[in-house]
Amino acid sequence: MFESLSDRLNETFGRLNKKGRLTEADVDDAMREVRRALLEADVNFKVVKDFVAKVRARAVGQDVLRSLTPAQTAIGIVNEELINVLGREREDLLAPVRPPQILMMVGLNGAGKTTHTGKLALHLRKQGRSPLMVAADVYRPAAINQLQALGKQIDMPVYEEGTGRNPVDIAANAVRYAQERGLNPVIVDTAGRLQIDERLMQELVDIRDRINPTEILLVADAMTGQEAVGVAEAFNARLNVTGLVLTKMDGDARGGAALSIRAVTGVPIKFIGTGEKLDALEPFYPERLAGRILGMGDVLSLVEKAQELTDEKDAQRLQDRMLKGHFDLEDFLDQLQKIKKMGPLNQLLEMIPGVGAQLRQAKAEISDDDYKQIEGIIHSMTPWERRHPERIGGSRRRRIARGSGTRGSDVNQLLTQFKQMQTMMNQMGRMAKKGKLPKNLPFDI
Amino acid sequence: MVLNRLFRRRSAPDVQLEQGLEKTRRSVFSEITRLFDRSAIDEELYVDLEMLLIQADLGWDVSQQLVAELRARVTRDRLRDPADAREVLRTEMVKLLELATRNRKVKILQRGVPFVIMVAGVNGVGKTTSIAKLAAYHQRFGRSVMLAAGDTFRAAAIDQLAVWGDRINAPVIAHRQGADPGAVVFDAMQAAHNRNVDVLIVDTAGRLHNKANLMFELTKIRKVMQRHVSEAPQEVLLVIDATSGQNGLIQAKEFAKSVEITDIMIAKLDSTSKGGIAFSVAKELGTPISYVGTGEKVTDLAEFRPDTYVDSLFFGVGEGL
Repeated sequence: MFESLSDRLNETFGRLNKKGRLTEADVDDAMREVRRALLEADVNFKVVKDFVAKVRARAVGQDVLRSLTPAQTAIGIVNEELINVLGREREDLLAPVRPPQILMMVGLNGAGKTTHTGKLALHLRKQGRSPLMVAADVYRPAAINQLQALGKQIDMPVYEEGTGRNPVDIAANAVRYAQERGLNPVIVDTAGRLQIDERLMQELVDIRDRINPTEILLVADAMTGQEAVGVAEAFNARLNVTGLVLTKMDGDARGGAALSIRAVTGVPIKFIGTGEKLDALEPFYPERLAGRILGMGDVLSLVEKAQELTDEKDAQRLQDRMLKGHFDLEDFLDQLQKIKKMGPLNQLLEMIPGVGAQLRQAKAEISDDDYKQIEGIIHSMTPWERRHPERIGGSRRRRIARGSGTRGSDVNQLLTQFKQMQTMMNQMGRMAKKGKLPKNLPFDI
Repeated sequence: MVLNRLFRRRSAPDVQLEQGLEKTRRSVFSEITRLFDRSAIDEELYVDLEMLLIQADLGWDVSQQLVAELRARVTRDRLRDPADAREVLRTEMVKLLELATRNRKVKILQRGVPFVIMVAGVNGVGKTTSIAKLAAYHQRFGRSVMLAAGDTFRAAAIDQLAVWGDRINAPVIAHRQGADPGAVVFDAMQAAHNRNVDVLIVDTAGRLHNKANLMFELTKIRKVMQRHVSEAPQEVLLVIDATSGQNGLIQAKEFAKSVEITDIMIAKLDSTSKGGIAFSVAKELGTPISYVGTGEKVTDLAEFRPDTYVDSLFFGVGEGL
């Protein structure tokens, strides 16, 4: 979808390299690309302006002009500055002066407050705590039911007083309830609201003043555009937000909103939401988000995605089969299906640094239809044939081609490629026996 | 007054609706108005304009394009007066959005065949609320409407739809949470047929467009519908959050790949968002943008009109509310 910044900088500096010396004007060209990349990632305009000025000063001041690899040096600076803005240290939840710890969830409608109330509760219980969730959203239809359903799902107490009561009283009563029963922390789910809705913003202030929360977490959607800054500024100005929870990061949004919010408010990002399931909550790592904003690939996320879908035993069994040379078409099909579950192929490839650029250069169209054809061919084989692909002769091949709606040459191609793969694996197997390979290869990706 | 034009088809006047949009438009259009309120067309005008467009989420590409077109026209027609430049910009913006209306098809409701609307979108864009609005919209034309709770995944999504169904007095076909959405749709199709319902609106679970298996589920739901009515769903509505950034375009593209999106609705235009994503969507996709959602009440739905969208969000023509 997007060309990554590193591609563009390589291109820009590549043109320049030919004429020998780089000048400040050349750096400006490069900075235009930085600016564009950040704007396309939805980083706020003003934040981009300041950011680019900072990067430019560093680039001209030192490294880039004299560097043999100006593009890399420039990217290095951009990356470093991004991490600087995002916060070098990972910040944990604040400890309360005296218990209970009270977390108040605030944000726009549809940001994911209720879901993340559940996720945080689960996360904290895993640390040995006994959280209480509080349903203080009395406006959205069935918001209370939603929190109750989540509570049931993870077996967590939910405090609610229906929709007829004032959220300020509900919150205060909930804290008392928690104290009486020794529940701690208390996580208060408030209704979504627009930052310009004076009445509802005042309600949040009232809740805060009544229950004196340890932490006010602004829940923000990673897909938010330029307005993210306005939202965060307004919530922060009224409430003094203490942390940010960035949701829907399992999508493919670049997440520039996070950078904007952090830059403008200085509020640390504390968690990111990475899925619909209640355990999909992760601590925030600035380096990863920096890489993502720049479109520089996200190998860690790729590895995580793969891990999600393979359990360790499976992976070990497969690795053994591979190294012993027993890897057959059934295993291959199984792997193919796992990869498919990770998402569209071209998206996965974009997570690998450099691959995105090479593919575009080769104008290679990798489509998920290729999977389908391979799958079709393997499905048209008998189990015996899948285990003994080397025994597939002309007549079997014709049958398989007919069965899968392909040509004999397609079947042949698959078989040849598979044979090469097997040969390679056998070689690796022999190397592994001689101790030349590390034990745990990530063969499952 | 501009809002009267925007909401010409609305049956009942609604003061709050107008206030909703008023909030949205105030900041940007006053800035655009101020921008052209100068003595000459100079370089600074272009730079500031680009900034304003980007701030309104039009995206880098579209903003560049609009500024370049304006420059070209100013040079070609030797424009001097900033007010003329402003008019050129307005026309260009309307023209861009018209890409999203020229493919609009006339929808025909057949007697005895339920008109099925499948509503899709990523999580939290406001699908359920939009469904209620859409239902109320059809009811105002005297059509009987039924809702199907196809979001069996999110906790209490079914309850939420049921509450809306109650409020607007529309029957809701639902199974339990965790049930197969295909089965819900199957029952709803049958019920719609038996009860002679004019319009059946099917809710689906919010899904991120990069989750292949969830996107496939939409294809499956579609097939279930077609078993009853071969042309169903006659409308596949994608809801996009007006506050979304450039990812909104990617969402639209990905959804379009899995299910044939026939219509787009820009929701949550009541916020301080500027709805700039409509421009990228119009330029890149050409799928008709049909509705805008502007508030939290069931009446807060309007038909999308390029000229009034541009005027009320960016230029504040007809100001005086």
